[in-house]
Amino acid sequence: MKFAIIIHGAPYSHQASRSGYLFVRAVLDMGHDIYRVFFYHDGVYTANQLGVAPQDEADIQSDWATIGREHKLDMVVCVASALRRGMLDATEASRYEKAGISVEPQFSVSGLGQLIDAALHADKVMTFGV
Amino acid sequence: MDRVLFVMTHSPGTINAQEGFDALLMGSAFADCSALFLGQGIYQLISDQDPEPLGRKNYTLGFGALADYGVKRIYGSKSQMAEVALAPDDLCLAIELLDDSDINRLLTDHITVLTF
Repeated sequence: MKFAIIIHGAPYSHQASRSGYLFVRAVLDMGHDIYRVFFYHDGVYTANQLGVAPQDEADIQSDWATIGREHKLDMVVCVASALRRGMLDATEASRYEKAGISVEPQFSVSGLGQLIDAALHADKVMTFGV
Repeated sequence: MDRVLFVMTHSPGTINAQEGFDALLMGSAFADCSALFLGQGIYQLISDQDPEPLGRKNYTLGFGALADYGVKRIYGSKSQMAEVALAPDDLCLAIELLDDSDINRLLTDHITVLTF
């Protein structure tokens, strides 16, 4: 079965990002497919490569990057949500002449069309966070 | 054409409401979309909002264009409207008010439901 995953909550502020990660891991462990993970609202902060997790807490952001790399997941950060929250990849940082790159390269920055496409093509859509 | 139900649950002072509206507009380009305003979401439809002095874009002006985007079925909850003392005349759009059982039916009738 193909799952589309939508993450609405910021890591550490909200359980959504971690629960979404655990769900994705379970989906893959059971042999199903992830069509796409779409990060929207504060969920885009999940792609922040500048975060440093306390040693005795889960490293939510790097765990997402790792599972994305290992399973070649299509992990998309909404560009409009990302820009207004300071989440920039190299292309956007250059376009808007900003000093830093905050989006981990395992994530891609793209438009809302990717959300609708995922919702229409996956067998199941799961949204984490309100 | 695929059918998608957008469920709007946030008050208009939140970015979730504004970004949910953006998603609805994008969805209308690809699918047959309808929208259900539940809970605090119904406040998004109150007429004559003016959030700009507060530094917020008045995205609710866009509701008037929904019909042009092909979003013609917009729903609210009859019982929830009564709870917050809102009447249809208070809203900027003519919406269809549903009983709770009809809301259940609407939700189960859609394969794809996106909640914002």
